[in-house]
Amino acid sequence: MASITIRGVRKNYGKTQVVHGVDLDFASGEFVVILGPSGCGKSTLLRMIAGLEEISDGTIAIDGTVVNQLEPRERGCAMVFQNYALYPHMSVAQNIGYSLKVAGVPAAERTQRIQAVARTLELEHLLDRKPMALSGGQRQRVAMGRAMIREPKVFLFDEPLSNLDAKLRVQMRSEIRKLHRRLNATSVFVTHDQVEAMTLADRLVVMNGGRVEQVGTPGEIYTRPASRFVATFVGAPAMNMLEGTVELDGLSLLGGSRRLAVPRAGLPVGTKVAMGVRPEAVRLVAPGTSGALDATVDLVEELGAGRVIYVDLDGSPFSVMTSEAIHPEPGSTVWLKFSADDMHFYASETGGRLDVFKASVPEPA
Amino acid sequence: MEKRVTFSKWTIGILFAVPQLILIFTFFYWPAGQAVYWSLTLQQPWGGGNIWVGLDNFRSILANPDYWRSVSASLVFAGISTGLAMFIALVLAALTDRQLAGSWLYRVVLIWPYGIAAPALALAFRFILAPEAGFLSVVNQMWPGIWDPGLDGTDAMASIIVAFSWKYVGYNFIFFLAAFQAIPRSLIEAAAMDGSGVIRRFWDIQFPLITPTIFFLLVINITESFQDSFGIVDIMTSGGPANATNLMVYKIYSDGFKGLDYSGAAAQSIILMLLIILLTIFQFRFLERRVHYR
Repeated sequence: MASITIRGVRKNYGKTQVVHGVDLDFASGEFVVILGPSGCGKSTLLRMIAGLEEISDGTIAIDGTVVNQLEPRERGCAMVFQNYALYPHMSVAQNIGYSLKVAGVPAAERTQRIQAVARTLELEHLLDRKPMALSGGQRQRVAMGRAMIREPKVFLFDEPLSNLDAKLRVQMRSEIRKLHRRLNATSVFVTHDQVEAMTLADRLVVMNGGRVEQVGTPGEIYTRPASRFVATFVGAPAMNMLEGTVELDGLSLLGGSRRLAVPRAGLPVGTKVAMGVRPEAVRLVAPGTSGALDATVDLVEELGAGRVIYVDLDGSPFSVMTSEAIHPEPGSTVWLKFSADDMHFYASETGGRLDVFKASVPEPA
Repeated sequence: MEKRVTFSKWTIGILFAVPQLILIFTFFYWPAGQAVYWSLTLQQPWGGGNIWVGLDNFRSILANPDYWRSVSASLVFAGISTGLAMFIALVLAALTDRQLAGSWLYRVVLIWPYGIAAPALALAFRFILAPEAGFLSVVNQMWPGIWDPGLDGTDAMASIIVAFSWKYVGYNFIFFLAAFQAIPRSLIEAAAMDGSGVIRRFWDIQFPLITPTIFFLLVINITESFQDSFGIVDIMTSGGPANATNLMVYKIYSDGFKGLDYSGAAAQSIILMLLIILLTIFQFRFLERRVHYR
């Protein structure tokens, strides 16, 4: 159990900066997920915590001790790698027990602890096998066992589930969650998969382009995305975004072809904004309903439990998710409506969230 | 899944194999067969046919203490030069793999010695190791007479070992470096996270994973040290002093072409071939078990 404090951390490769000053605090025992597209610097940040990458600027402290100059082994972290990184020439037992062997733990105690870990991970019958002879899920378990046996202060996961098939991934996800509940060690989990991130995280860190975009619980991040990037990155299908301009009596969308009556609440007339609404917040209504927008259906994607209807709104793509048994034909016209509560506004230029419109909530007219 | 190419008519398959078969037959089986034939006959130096003598050639060679001295000199040379060439190459490759400063230079420069013909490099080392004027003449200035490969058999053996190892360090280095770089970085990182230091990581992770390469190089180096040493011996010591560096491959040449004992030389060739075959079988039989193939 340990807290992690990250202050102004940067990473340069030569002249290229890939992490631009990150400040984060992870509480002791917390399960934090760092989510972001590939190349956003999330793995680099994790590797800097682990000690596998040098920290170019700023400090990382574990339990109040600055670890910048410490070797990986002195930091008390254990890591699960994306490709598992099992030692191919060692048996499962030797893989799991390697850190104890290096630490000089006597053979008897070592065997006992390997047995204990194997029991928790249901690996007992595989202890003599080589990694080559294991399935993907079993290798994943061995990698976890190798991290667990050290009883580390901090668990680091570098996209550990991305090499597994969909079914195993769901299963391992819940196992990781259960394991964390039992061991209660601070865990940092890096992924680009938002479902993984939402289901695992106590707290979620969304990163983009080497910067932290938002930190919050999965619920907060879904309901109040702090930036346009977070709004479109988190949630599937992605949040709809329409460009618009603030006018005296509301919002003019899509270069003036559509209008929504939303209170302007202090924003100067002429401000360029992006209005976002989640596909699952959009309702299909009867033709001609007041305040509804009409759009042409492009494509319907069947999901079983529901369906995603992709429509064309005066040339802009827009999507609607519905669980109703509606199957509009491509080319037909549908009417869409959503409440002002479900609208998110972002400054067109900076992408920052604008909350002023939330002041009062009339129906769009 | 069957990945082999199969031909509808067996004759087409044979036709494809014929060029290779001709090459192997002309340049290996035929000369080897001739050597076997010569080794069982007495060939007259000025022509005039062969006289069948059975195993007499072998008997007289194996009864000659000079020959046994040549065999033991060859074994000493093979053992030390292989060990030296492989050890130095392993250390250099391990350091280069860690990307220490200047490692790019090693990577480029270290293959060059292998590209130099044995006689050329032997001549260079003859100058370098010359007791009266070379770099090593300094030691003679301090302790007169301590280094003289022309008089001292041990010094002469050391000279050819150094020259041969120098050539094979480059060859071995390339293979070792490739083997080290084929080890996924994450394995080294995982070992670092497990608390293992640089030296420990080398012995526990890297070394076991390059054993296939070590085994391959061991077989190649030992074989080559029996065969490729000829040019070096010829230029540097001519087998002397007092036959101290008269390796088997050089003795074949000097007995055959200088002593005009063709039949004895042919018999020695056969013995050398059998020795290399035996050594290779031994290595595959007993050492390969300890190799971890991935």
